[in-house]
Amino acid sequence: MKQIDLVIIGGGPAGLSAAKMAAESGLSSLIIERDFKVGGQLVKQTHMFFGSEKQYAKTRGIDIAKILVNDVLKYPELIEIMTDTTVVGLYKDKVVTLLQNDKYIKVQTNAIIIATGASEKVLAFENNDLPGIYGAGAVQTLMNVHGVLPGQNVVMVGSGNIGLIVSYQLIQAGVNVLCVLEAASEIGGYKVHASKLKRLGVDIKTSHSIKKAIGKEYLEKIVIGKLDDKWEFIEGTDEELVVDSLCISVGLSPLSNLLSMIETEMKYVSYLGGLVPLIDKNHETSIENVFVAGDVCGVEEASSAIVEGYLTGLVVAKKLGFVHPNYDELYLDFKDQLQNLRSGPFGEKLRLGLEEIMR
Amino acid sequence: MLNTNGVPEKKLVLSKFPDRELLLKPKAITECYEDIPCNPCATSCPFDAIYIGEDINTQPVVDFEKCTGCGICVYNCPGLAIFTVQELDSTNARFKIPFELRPLPEKGETWSGVNRAGEIITEVLIEKVSLKATHDKTALVQVLVPVEYINYFITIRRQI
Repeated sequence: MKQIDLVIIGGGPAGLSAAKMAAESGLSSLIIERDFKVGGQLVKQTHMFFGSEKQYAKTRGIDIAKILVNDVLKYPELIEIMTDTTVVGLYKDKVVTLLQNDKYIKVQTNAIIIATGASEKVLAFENNDLPGIYGAGAVQTLMNVHGVLPGQNVVMVGSGNIGLIVSYQLIQAGVNVLCVLEAASEIGGYKVHASKLKRLGVDIKTSHSIKKAIGKEYLEKIVIGKLDDKWEFIEGTDEELVVDSLCISVGLSPLSNLLSMIETEMKYVSYLGGLVPLIDKNHETSIENVFVAGDVCGVEEASSAIVEGYLTGLVVAKKLGFVHPNYDELYLDFKDQLQNLRSGPFGEKLRLGLEEIMR
Repeated sequence: MLNTNGVPEKKLVLSKFPDRELLLKPKAITECYEDIPCNPCATSCPFDAIYIGEDINTQPVVDFEKCTGCGICVYNCPGLAIFTVQELDSTNARFKIPFELRPLPEKGETWSGVNRAGEIITEVLIEKVSLKATHDKTALVQVLVPVEYINYFITIRRQI
């Protein structure tokens, strides 16, 4: 059986930063990534990031991915990366089982950082399985990773930051965005993103949602309607739009399934996007030496995932006897950065959610 | 309404503009109306003219005495929420705006001038387009706009 000090599940911003900080502390790790390359969702994010310089603000996500990957590649002796690899089993005695190209691999480790991120929520409506209906993340992958347009005429459902940003990127790619629908009475994401779209001529329809999709073999039309304050469709407000693509961006859910395999104490916290593990201030779960970082313990921005990764890598290394020479200073700095990123009005729900999962 | 359709009310827009006499020289207007965690405008300003402070959720405040209207913050703002403006004379204002669509405009072309609601309000002249490596793909487009649109013009659109 393969032996390794630390297994990091997920090679996105949280996992990569965790590996870097662990390596800086002298701890070796194995990053397991199910995709064909590491970088997580950053690899398709062509927009400039918010935050402060410490979280690479104003740098485009695709370039942040390069920075984080290069950081990890500086430690070839300490950090091993397995791509195209899926974790199929997690056991309480810290055995992780993997599947890589149909090969079954067993790994014995001392600590695990679960940094699996989040997945897109789906929306129930008539014919929501027609080809041409995508998650916003899938559209971003198609366009910005593979260079493929999803369609020519698109409606976006959801005005959170992802919905607004992907709409903007669709326009950059030359796609016609008819409108953005938002079920709530106000826009969900940052207004700077909304204003950016509006000035390009895209209508953001608040109190509106998708009622049904129409099409034989693929999406041809959608019916949208206005919602009342109980989010029920108001009769007589139906409107038919001719589209070939529909993009769903109604939030993310933490990908926390693996944690249930080892019976980690979990809680459903809607402010954090769904089922999340209880954690202590150092991101350790109810199972000793099993840690979490990034969206898996509460959906927020990639900037926070990066910092949570650093923090967790630092703490895990110390717990296994590898203390970073600047441990105290770094620990306070990471805590401070996280607090700063979350202290504004947009962080309010997140702060309340995080309080609920503190052990 | 900013919160319902993304269009800031005129009062809000004007709150970010300095007194008219200060606009005889180019100044940065930061259209950032929310407390979001972000501070590249402040850290990128070579003249220390934009203040955010320790709490990065604070909205930027421009010191119009220090601001030279150089435009560095314009392409460093992740929200594309900053432009510079100068009242040249009784006819024209000069803007420097961020632009991320392709193909880029070219010097000497006439484009449509667009307001914050996405409506075409006038014709504008492209004076200069710069895109250096430091701009990181966000072009800085210098535009000549009829002065009466000084509080309304926000971006350009290619004429069809």
